[in-house]
Amino acid sequence: MTRKFLALSAFLGLLVAGPALAASSQAPLKHVQWSFSGPFGSYDQAQLQRGFKVYREVCSQCHALNLVSFHDLGQPGGPFWDPKYPNPNDNPYVKAIAADYKVADIDPDTGENMQRAATSADHPPAPYANDTAAKATLGGAPPDMSLLVKAREGGPDYVYSLVTGYAPAPQGLVVPPGKYYNPYMLSDLASSWKGTGPAPVGGIIAMPPPLTAGKVSFDDGAPSTLDQEAKDVAAFLTWASDPKMDQRKQTGLAVLVYLAIFSGLLYASYRRIWRNVAH
Amino acid sequence: MSGPSTYEPKTALERWLDQRLPILRFNAELMDFPTPKNLNYWWTFGAILAFCLITQIATGVVLAMHYNASAGGAFNSVEHIMRDVNYGWLIRYIHANGASMFFLAVYIHTFRGIYYGSFKAPREVLWLIGCLIYLTMMATAFMGYVLPWGQMSFWGAKVITNLFSAIPLVGPAITTWLWGGFAVDAPTLNRFYSLHYLLPFVIAGLVGLHIWALHVPGNSNPVGVNVKSKSDTVPFHPYYTVKDGFAISVFVILFAVFVFYMPEALGHSDNYIPANPIVTPPHIVPEWYFLPYYAILRAIPNKLMGVAALGGAIACIFALPWLDTSKVRSMRYRPQAKIYFVFFVLACLVLGVCGAHEVDDQIISGLAGFPLGDANINSYVWLSRIGALYYFIYFLVITPMLGLRETPLPVPESISTPVLSHPAAAPAGATAAPEKKG
Repeated sequence: MTRKFLALSAFLGLLVAGPALAASSQAPLKHVQWSFSGPFGSYDQAQLQRGFKVYREVCSQCHALNLVSFHDLGQPGGPFWDPKYPNPNDNPYVKAIAADYKVADIDPDTGENMQRAATSADHPPAPYANDTAAKATLGGAPPDMSLLVKAREGGPDYVYSLVTGYAPAPQGLVVPPGKYYNPYMLSDLASSWKGTGPAPVGGIIAMPPPLTAGKVSFDDGAPSTLDQEAKDVAAFLTWASDPKMDQRKQTGLAVLVYLAIFSGLLYASYRRIWRNVAH
Repeated sequence: MSGPSTYEPKTALERWLDQRLPILRFNAELMDFPTPKNLNYWWTFGAILAFCLITQIATGVVLAMHYNASAGGAFNSVEHIMRDVNYGWLIRYIHANGASMFFLAVYIHTFRGIYYGSFKAPREVLWLIGCLIYLTMMATAFMGYVLPWGQMSFWGAKVITNLFSAIPLVGPAITTWLWGGFAVDAPTLNRFYSLHYLLPFVIAGLVGLHIWALHVPGNSNPVGVNVKSKSDTVPFHPYYTVKDGFAISVFVILFAVFVFYMPEALGHSDNYIPANPIVTPPHIVPEWYFLPYYAILRAIPNKLMGVAALGGAIACIFALPWLDTSKVRSMRYRPQAKIYFVFFVLACLVLGVCGAHEVDDQIISGLAGFPLGDANINSYVWLSRIGALYYFIYFLVITPMLGLRETPLPVPESISTPVLSHPAAAPAGATAAPEKKG
């Protein structure tokens, strides 16, 4: 009895003590059933392509994607992965997308600064040269989006909730001009709250509502609703922050099957070796 | 090693080598080492820990090939490992989750040692070396967490190194010396990287001493009585290599579930934001394996006393062989000690939960409670005070007093006695369920 209890408590200790609870100054996130949820979930390639389009046409005006290079788009699990092109640098979509961008370089003949067409090895050029330049124009530095989903509690649910969750500011909340109230923005509003009762959940965000119905038209016939755009871009950003997820889950399955068989064999060996020892 | 060697060199080459470097003899003695036959699965965590150390060193060496220990490059080099290095994501996730697995195993191993009295004479030195390994592990894990140079890396480093500034007179100087400057910055990262690579080999050396100190008196065992005759033992190989091997394999299943299906569950999302010295994260929390100590630290409003309590909590573990007055080694025969021990494990878990919360958070949300001293009674600070109080009372009052006052149950004559009198020792049952006994 005691031993069972100890085993249980040791295991619970790991689970209970793991996550730190954040302060609840944020509305409960909307939960979306993602194609990549759960141990067998994987990315929906069509959704990643739509999400990339949303990023390219909307988000990239302000947000960089510095850790993703064009050839990543053609890696297994990526939005433009094609088994015909195991080397994504040969993938025509990847090459065409890269060629649409100009990146800074040094002229090899003169040493002057120059612009050239991007190759698949390049990253999408950042919209601002640095955070200071972004702040000077926008009043705040938009975060790089490469790891946004991993860097926020709730991940894709957070991105989806925030983008679709803009709401009129509650009466009594002082929102500076050019800023917006968003109940899903994790923050403490006590200092901006002049109303009665406790301060509302959420925060003040510098980003105007980025997506609206009809803002991005999809080539595959998916409706260009706010909901669709938000889900697709959240899925794309999840891929951007965890591009090896499909590979990880597939490898994991093989590893677990192997380990289960291996453990079974070891247990059988253990029983056989100990069969004549009273212990 | 104990006992005369039974190793016989079989070939001319082995005889030649045996006279020059008896390494095969040494290995044969390790393999033949007489081990009590009644060790249960709690004893497999020693081998599991050796597995963890080897895994951490092997994955760490590969990570070091791709990691860039500079304040400007560290964060992106970790992402380079995750995205561009072949199976880099796997190696990094094994290393990051491996630290948690290592601590899970070391905590079980330590609780096992406490429950079965494995620290009692003549194993005090073995226990002390184990405590040193644990201390070195904590330093290594802490510095390793700083290396990705995310927000939690940076601010965790700042909070922990700042603890040293509480030491009177020399504290601020020590902190500056640790930082290599007047703030946590590039020099801090570089020295932490250097030490993070060095300390695992110190741990490996200490593990060597730990096993040496183990092999002088031999293993303790669940009954707690010494080995009396050869019939009490089995050779380490193949009996315990196979049992430990099976346990490691099961442990690796748990490990793999974390690595492949919830690799970020034990981490903190803020650590995917690059370190920024001018933006403080809303909640700075250490990794789960430090949370009980973090709770003890924050239970005391005075910083110096908090740090002293933190040090004292670790010192209690070191001092355990001299705090425990009971002559009976295993708590199996100490019914009262068993109850206090269960509450001790609970106190450690409660402290861990407290460490994960803000001190002012309500335990039961919505319940108003009432103020007691400097905080509301319905707050984690009071719960951590209760937990910390029990932690220290357990070591400093209960453990010394109980050994003098309790009436233990009769202890078996030898390791074989309870085995043979066990109902399952009847011929048919001897092979029925050996894993459930002992």
